[in-house]
Amino acid sequence: MSATINIEGASLSYGGEGGLLALADASLSVNRGEFVAVVGPSGCGKSSLLKLVSGLYPALKGSVKVNGEAVTGPLKIVGMAFQNPVMLPWRTTIENVLLPLEVVEPHRGQFRRRKKEYRGWAEALLETVGLAGFGDKNPWELSGGMQQRASLCRALIHKPDLLLLDEPFAALDAFTREELWDVMQALWQEHKFTVVLVTHDLREAVYLADQVHVVSNRPGRIIHTRHVTLARPRTLESTYEPDFVALVQELRNHISEARQAA
Amino acid sequence: MKKVFSRGVLAPWIATLILFAIWEASVWVFDVEEFILPSPTATFGALIEFWGPIWFNAFQTLFTTVTGFLIAIVFGFVLGVAVGASALLYQALYPLLIGFNSIPKVAVVPILVLWFGIGTVPAIITAFLISFFPIVVNVATGIATLEPELKEVLRSLGARRLDILRKVGIPRAMPYFFASLKIAITLAFVGSVIAETVAANSGIGHLMLQASSSFRVPLVFAGLLVIAFLGIMMYAIAAVIERRFTGWATRGAAGNEYATGG
Ligand SMILES: Nc1ncnc2c1ncn2[C@@H]1O[C@H](COP(=O)(O)OP(=O)(O)OP(=O)(O)O)[C@@H](O)[C@H]1O
Ligand SMILES: [Mg+2]
Repeated sequence: MSATINIEGASLSYGGEGGLLALADASLSVNRGEFVAVVGPSGCGKSSLLKLVSGLYPALKGSVKVNGEAVTGPLKIVGMAFQNPVMLPWRTTIENVLLPLEVVEPHRGQFRRRKKEYRGWAEALLETVGLAGFGDKNPWELSGGMQQRASLCRALIHKPDLLLLDEPFAALDAFTREELWDVMQALWQEHKFTVVLVTHDLREAVYLADQVHVVSNRPGRIIHTRHVTLARPRTLESTYEPDFVALVQELRNHISEARQAA
Repeated sequence: MKKVFSRGVLAPWIATLILFAIWEASVWVFDVEEFILPSPTATFGALIEFWGPIWFNAFQTLFTTVTGFLIAIVFGFVLGVAVGASALLYQALYPLLIGFNSIPKVAVVPILVLWFGIGTVPAIITAFLISFFPIVVNVATGIATLEPELKEVLRSLGARRLDILRKVGIPRAMPYFFASLKIAITLAFVGSVIAETVAANSGIGHLMLQASSSFRVPLVFAGLLVIAFLGIMMYAIAAVIERRFTGWATRGAAGNEYATGG
């Protein structure tokens, strides 16, 4: 299963009415099983947009619907990777990855019984992101990029319908990052969940997404949406082909416009 | 590394020996009468001479202290979690707790005697009353200051309030809890000994009162030494448990860093 998202004219402000306006009149719609990327200047409200969709923060104005229902509180079908990895320091890495299974139905009721099996899932996931054998380390014994990869596993473990990723590859070197694009693409093609990926890397956005949304300077709203029709699975070679490069260039122009329009 | 370690272990013993040496020397130099300030040798003499009754009464004091302390742990922890987790309870109970803690516990002992008679019970209750406050305050602080980011990891999974408390609130408060135990155990000794000097027929406090009324001052000081010794032992036990359970808070204290200051 996967989810649809419909945001219409939503505003989000920190500190209530008259507080700091992070999003103003933002509209966005995401189809079932679609992979969308959100790009935009720093501080424009991308992370806030994800928090709005996940139900962590309420909209000040406008409507936010997931699967056709208004979002009134944190959703239970979401896997979220935050911009900071936020590992629980008293748990080992694998215990951190297992956390969603202890909380989300139907796994929480079966957690004790199926613990072995679940650990197997977690180990397999850690392996796909290149963290095989690091499960029993404390999270603070991992590097920043390793923690980020572990937090990606935590977002995926319970096979959520809706995956919200906030710059999950930002702290990685170019090679590891490109490897993980392929991991992400394969996972998505297999499970067909809906994904919203926030990123600063335009190549990443074009590589992974069906739609790329460009957000304006704060207060953020979607000012441009670009459909990406390149054939899948996309490969690293294809990133050097003219239509890929042209798309990246086009998005770059939109962002520089967004930055200037203050 | 090795050398620093052994120096660290020896340091408290050397400091203690120096203290005793200064004490012994001052008594000798200023020719202080034994019924005013007995020398360490006289004190240790009394310790050996009255070993039987000291041992018996020390055991009694240890028993009342630990019993009161254990009740304080259970009660303090539960109340601390409740006060930390609920803003309303926090506002409702905090002034009461402060007020209660401001009452000198010596003033309460006569009331306890009125209710429970002279003996073990008032000492246990006094130990409890005096030691539960730091536990409540610390546990409540640990839970109330939970980082919003940690909370959001759980909320994004649709976790219930109780889940958040169990998975992040309480684990996060554990370092605060154990820190408070080290304070509370020494306070518990203060409580039980106060009660024993006023209203008991056994215990180190009682022994000291009797000894001083018959001018056996070295025995009084022997009693003080025993209390100090018991306090250090219990503190050490609490510290070991703390390190065992909350090593994550100091990130295992790897020790491979430059010393601060200079
Ligand atoms: N918890 C908060 N309290 C108050 N203001 C906040 C909070 N979080 C974000 N903001 C403000 O909201 C605005 C948007 O923040 P947001 O984190 O959504 O930006 P972003 O697009 O994700 O930026 P970046 O690309 O740098 O991560 C910023 O101006 C920021 O100062
Ligand atoms: Mg952000």
